[in-house]
Amino acid sequence: MAAEIATRPPHPFIEGWHYFRQNKGALAGLIVFLAFVVIAALSPWLAPYSPDAQDRAAVLVPPFWQEGGSTAHLLGTDAVGRDLLSRIMYGGRWSLFIGLIVIVISMSGGILLGLSAAFARGFVDTLIMRVLDVLLAIPSLLLALVVVAILGPGLFNAMFAVALVYMPHYARLTRGSAMSELQKDYVTASRVAGASVWRLMFRTVLPNCAPPLIVQATLGFSTAVLDMAALGFLGMGAQPPTPEWGTMLADAREFILRAWWVVTFPGLAILISVLAVNLMGDGLRDVLDPKLKRS
Amino acid sequence: MLRFFLSRIAVLIPTFLGVTLVAFLFIRLLPGDPVEMMAGERGTSPERHAELMARFGFDRPWWEQYATFLGNVLHGDLGNSIVTKAPVLTEFLTLFPATLELSICAILFAIVFGLPAGVLAASRRGTIFDHGVMAATLTGYSMPIFWWGLLLIILFSGILGWTPVSGRIDLLYFFEPVTGFMLIDSLLSDQDGAFMSAFSHLVLPTIVLGTIPLAVIARQTRSAMLEVLSEDYVRTAKAKGLPTRRVVGLHAFRNALIPVVTTIGLQTGVLLAGAILTETIFSWPGVGKWLIDSIFRRDYPSVQGGLLLIASVVMIVNLLVDLTYGLIDPRIRHGR
Repeated sequence: MAAEIATRPPHPFIEGWHYFRQNKGALAGLIVFLAFVVIAALSPWLAPYSPDAQDRAAVLVPPFWQEGGSTAHLLGTDAVGRDLLSRIMYGGRWSLFIGLIVIVISMSGGILLGLSAAFARGFVDTLIMRVLDVLLAIPSLLLALVVVAILGPGLFNAMFAVALVYMPHYARLTRGSAMSELQKDYVTASRVAGASVWRLMFRTVLPNCAPPLIVQATLGFSTAVLDMAALGFLGMGAQPPTPEWGTMLADAREFILRAWWVVTFPGLAILISVLAVNLMGDGLRDVLDPKLKRS
Repeated sequence: MLRFFLSRIAVLIPTFLGVTLVAFLFIRLLPGDPVEMMAGERGTSPERHAELMARFGFDRPWWEQYATFLGNVLHGDLGNSIVTKAPVLTEFLTLFPATLELSICAILFAIVFGLPAGVLAASRRGTIFDHGVMAATLTGYSMPIFWWGLLLIILFSGILGWTPVSGRIDLLYFFEPVTGFMLIDSLLSDQDGAFMSAFSHLVLPTIVLGTIPLAVIARQTRSAMLEVLSEDYVRTAKAKGLPTRRVVGLHAFRNALIPVVTTIGLQTGVLLAGAILTETIFSWPGVGKWLIDSIFRRDYPSVQGGLLLIASVVMIVNLLVDLTYGLIDPRIRHGR
């Protein structure tokens, strides 16, 4: 007897991980992103100070390696003597969590609309898609600003606005892949077997539309973090003294020519986390959705 | 060809109507009714309130109000600013050249650096140069541009003192706008140093606004070039013994250009959204800054008009890109 040959293919997750691991950039992105998440999650224990603690004796202290800086405040302090490093660590909780929530809201809405359009066809489909076309015709930041102008500035309103702005992307993607899945025999079989519309939508069709959605969600996460930071920067998102990274930059603007560190570090945190997620997203796309080409 | 043109335009009409509806609903969705909003904090008596509601037609059914609004929009009447009382359209048109000048410079900057970077990266695939371009463009693509602007101000205005921090030109210079483009007007004005002043004001905002389009154009050019370089006709051209420079520059580049042109055109939305942030950072007197200021001043008719006009500009440019695409590539216009 010949040696037993492994007949079972590896689990899709393991196979995917195998390919993902070979993409060094994606792996680096994942590691950096996880590091950010861990630091943000553990900030109450890791951060040297509370994000709101003001040290009146140490206002606009430069980072430790510059003259006048001290190791008491590694990255220096801001205009009211708050420790920048601590604020950035706590800020990760806001910025990354906000990004996550925005994506969850926007993806859920998008999936629901996309599946409805694909299943209903006809008038409902046309109506949904035309409405989405209108939303897509307006530049994203502009639309988000207008929605915030209606609802009033604030963290939750800004999150809702950004989620609404990106919903059409998920809806279109879901509709597209659901339409092509609906043509396939397994769906017909399931329908003939008496599966309800809900079951067809969420158990039969949706899992097969997942790969492009996961890729879009990863890349969308970075856009959501950027847009929320932009709204915070414009004074429309999270309000001071929330240590959200974009809001921190808005606070720091008047000191740019006097204290470079107050401006540099929060932005660097945004850039690095967004870059890490984009690298990760590119890697995921190559694994999950070889058809989509990088642009 | 005419059919292709007409069909493209026909597709746009429902979207344009949708955008007008969004703009119309914007004012209606605000808390409080429009008369209270115009009256501001002083408030009005109930009788006066009712009279004003009737005069502006706010007591009629919403679809009648929308029809009136649409009619006004099509006649170029976008209402008046609550703050300055001037027509919104006039305000927009006064400020738009500043945004247009900045956007044109930004996209030129992005093309001038992005195209060659993409072509060179593709023709030297896998080298350090290629990896460098890919890393740099991914960073550019991930850049929070408002922060990028602040960094450049710190470096070039703060430390090096090369460029001014804000505005379009030094206050020393004054001349009547002819074209609305400061670079051209300053040349026409014949004042010493005016052009250099305008130019130095424009440099940083151009770089900031052009960064994301540059990254997108470079990456798109690279991938289009890679695709074309593996085509048979490129292999044939190489086999004929043509120098690489000629194969890459002439045979491959011209064919890779088609998707790139579309990408460039589709950056309009990115540019106008980016202009909101860029103009705010550099106090650039364009429509982006005006829009933000209008939101803060609760000047809602201006926000409404700005939304409608900016969305229209994006739609028109996208239509032009679509039509150009049909002109360059006959497969597109006959395919539909």
